[in-house]
Order: sequence, then structure tokens, then C-alpha cells
Amino acid sequence: MLLSAEKIHACYGAVEVLKGISFDVSAGEIVALIGANGAGKSTTLMAVSGIVPVNSGKIKFNGEPIQALSTQKRVGLGITQVPEGRRIFPQLTVLENLEIGASLRTDKAEIARDMERAFSIFPVLKQRRGQLGGTLSGGEQQMLAVARGLMARPKLLLLDEPSLGLAPKAVAALFEVIREIPKNGIAVLLVEQNAYQALSIAHRAYVLETGTISLQGSSAELRQNPGVKKAYLGG
Amino acid sequence: MTGEQLFLQQLLNGLTIGAVYALIALGYTMVYGIIQLVNFAHGEIFMIGAYFGLSLFACFAAQAGAAISIGVLALGLIVAAAGSALLGFCIDRSAYRPLRKAPKLSALITAIGVSFVLQNTVMLIYGAQDRYVPSLAAAGSMDWMGVHWTAMQGLIFAVSLFLMIGLQWVVYRTPLGRSMRAVAQDPLAAQLMGISVDRVIAITFLIGSGLAGVGGVLFGVYYSTINFHDGYLTGLKAFTAAVLGGIGNIPGAMVGGLLLGLLEGLGAGYLSSQWKNVIAFGVLVLVLLIRPRGLLGERVGDRA
Repeated sequence: MLLSAEKIHACYGAVEVLKGISFDVSAGEIVALIGANGAGKSTTLMAVSGIVPVNSGKIKFNGEPIQALSTQKRVGLGITQVPEGRRIFPQLTVLENLEIGASLRTDKAEIARDMERAFSIFPVLKQRRGQLGGTLSGGEQQMLAVARGLMARPKLLLLDEPSLGLAPKAVAALFEVIREIPKNGIAVLLVEQNAYQALSIAHRAYVLETGTISLQGSSAELRQNPGVKKAYLGG
Repeated sequence: MTGEQLFLQQLLNGLTIGAVYALIALGYTMVYGIIQLVNFAHGEIFMIGAYFGLSLFACFAAQAGAAISIGVLALGLIVAAAGSALLGFCIDRSAYRPLRKAPKLSALITAIGVSFVLQNTVMLIYGAQDRYVPSLAAAGSMDWMGVHWTAMQGLIFAVSLFLMIGLQWVVYRTPLGRSMRAVAQDPLAAQLMGISVDRVIAITFLIGSGLAGVGGVLFGVYYSTINFHDGYLTGLKAFTAAVLGGIGNIPGAMVGGLLLGLLEGLGAGYLSSQWKNVIAFGVLVLVLLIRPRGLLGERVGDRA
């Protein structure tokens, strides 16, 4: 098991947002975390990244406890997050944004190869590599954010609401790319409000409701679950 | 002196002090750019740089007040740069870093407090009276086009220009500079990419404070005296220069410093040197009224 969280509790400000949730992600898997706005999905990812401290419970990566490690150390171990709202660096060029993704790496030749790989997945980024990130369209910025995350060569990629604010066509293109990520041995933990999209590419999923996990199972099972259908798939 | 000569002379004098303002303004603008803090202690770091230089010169002077060689001046610049850099680093580490998540106003008030602490510490160590700073030995001067050029002015230009070009190179051409710009634009995203935000902030303080230390020594040798409250007014003017150029913008601080020095120099020549502070702060008021983001500043909306 690559990532496992056991009964983690975490607060956002003074409010307890995660009330003892447990989940796990194995290598090569896409796991979705679905739920309504405010259910604690983003907080979960921030706890895995080490931005939000965990008050109790355990987070293990490759069997080692990581909750005492800094965000930087976790990135070094292979946990990279593509944050909600893309958060690319608007005043850095596309190329510089990608280089920032590889900040902790020193293997120049391999970084150059990964850069080429990113450009082959997202040809539009190659065209725009000298442009400032802020000049890209929303869909292009999301591609840049995912590509920037992959430049760290993660073992686990955390994706927070990648479909947010994108046109349906851009969402479809992006999810095609996400579906392919595990083929390179990278596991994906995907947070989405768009449950239909998430369940279409995830192997397994957890349903988060006000800080607790209410349901879990394979995507196929959850798609058939009447409760999930009613609450998240529009009937 | 003809009108043209007066103009050129004041231009030269103004640009000289403007180069020093620019060196100090860089520290204000870099720190503001990265943690949105107006580091009111920065003027004191500049002033203490001058005292670092003074102490070093005293070690090498054959007798009190003897002029210093260019080698000793160079050593003084290096020692002041290192000393001020370390001081800036320690201030950040002990006073500002614990307040990183506190409201911005807490850090601002702390900066003002640090400024007072430093001023009074220097006053206790070096005394409240003006201290004489030795001048450069065998520093020639020449008259060209009816303008009096001193070697010290040339040196101030050369050193400032070298440091400013060096800084531009670091910020826009190296991985460190890339990380600095990333942290300035979005600290959380930078952290999620594995950048140690605290380390980048610490390096920013080191660089900005080191530049101010160099500025302090140049200022002291140029004016021949230094006083413990020199950091206050000069610091405020350098801050004005940073706002003039667009706070947070590195080329803006350079342009703002030179421009402010120029306006002061011309104002001193054509009105009276007593008016130069009025001109400096008058310019600040005008800029804030007409173009609040400064000459080269970005629109605030660009800061996503």
C-alpha cells in the first residue's frame, strides 16, 4: 500500500473538518474522493501534503509514518499536489512553471526528458513555453498545473478539483490524460465535486460527508449505489 | 558656472545618492514582494552597515582620521555586506518568522520596534554624536565639461551598477531567483512544489540586507560622517524610491532610487538644498495620488 490514512482528525481554523477518516491508495491506482462542498476533501489533501496538521491518527507513505515531515520532505518522498484553482505562477513563463515543479530534483538529463514528455502530452504547452503562465486560458492553466506536478516525478499525485471552472471539452481532454497517469506507475488521489467524471476514471472511490467517510467501494459499485446516484450523480 | 554646468553637476550629484537609494530600495522591495512586509528596520540595517565599515576602517587606520586605501574600502564593503546580511537574517528569524501567520499589522509594528531597538543599540555602542568616516586616500577628481567628478562618485556608480546587474542575474537567471519569484507570487503553491518557503525568505533577507550594508559604507565614505539616526531618513527615502518604482518590483526599485536622487539633486541645485526632503516626499505623495502602483508596478489584480 502506497498511502494509508488511519483515523485522521484535522481542523480548519477552529473547526474540526476531518473526524477520523481512513483511506488508502495503492500504487498504480486512481482513487477518487467525492463529496459535497465543505465535506473536507481539500483538507484531506492538505493533510496528506503536510500543509494542514493532523491532530490525531496516522498517515503512512510506503509504510513509513509521515505526519511529522515537512511538505518539502513529503514532496521529496514522492507526494505532489496539484492544488485547487490551479495556482500556477502567473508571472513565470510556462517553462519556468515546469522547472519549479522539478525544484527538488538534480538529475538534469532526466528533467529534460520529463519536460519533453510533458510537451508531448500537452503540445499546447510547448507552443506557449515562453509565455507567462497568467496569459494561458483556464484549460491550458490546468494542463500546466498537472504537468508541473508531474515534473516532480511523484509516486502519488494529489489532484484537487481539476475540472473546476473548465469547459466540458477541456474537462474531457484533461480526464483522458489523468486516466493515463497510472500507466507510468503513478498513483492518483483525485478530489472532485464532479462525481460522474471522477467515477468514470477512478478504480475505487470514497464518499466523504461532513468529515467522515460514509461509503467506499469500486467505482462500478458506487455508480450503482442508490444513495450516491441520488446525491452526486443527479438521480 | 553656466546654467548647463549647474544642471550637469546636480545631475551627477543626484544620481550618485540615487544609486545609494536604489541599493537600499532593493531590500525594501524584495522583502515586500515576498512577505508583503514594509521592513521598517531596513533603514537601520543600512545605517549599521556604515558602522560596520567604520569599525573596520578604524582597525586599519594608522592614526585616527587617516584616509583609507581602496583595498581597505573594498574590505569594508565586504565586511559590511556580510554583517548586515547576517543582521537581516537574524531579525527575520527572531522577530518576523514567528509572526508569519499573524496579521500583517503585527509584523509591521514589530518592524518599527526592531528599528528602535537597533537605533538605540548603536547609540549606546558608538555614541549619539556624528562619527567621522575616513575618506578614500589619493582619491582624485577631475573637471570635465565644467563638471566636478570625484573618484568616490565613480566608485559608487561602479559598485551599485555591478550589484544591481548581479541581482538581476540572480533573480531572473538562476534556480534560486526562480524560487524567489515563485514564493513571491504564490507561497502555498511554491511550498506544494517542494520549495522551502522559509529558506527562500531567509535568503531574500540576506541579499536585501547585504545590499543595504554596502549602501551604508558608500554613504558614510561619501558624506564623511555617520550618525545613529541616519538610517531613519535615508531609509524612508529609499522606501519612497521603492514605492516610486512600484513596490515589489526589482527593476522598479533601481529606477525609483536613481530618479529620486536625480529629483533631489536638481531640486537642491535650483531651489535650495533645504528643499530636498520636501521634494522627495512630495514626489511620494504625487505618485501615490496619480499612479498608486508606481512606475513599473504591476496591477494589484495580477497577484492571483
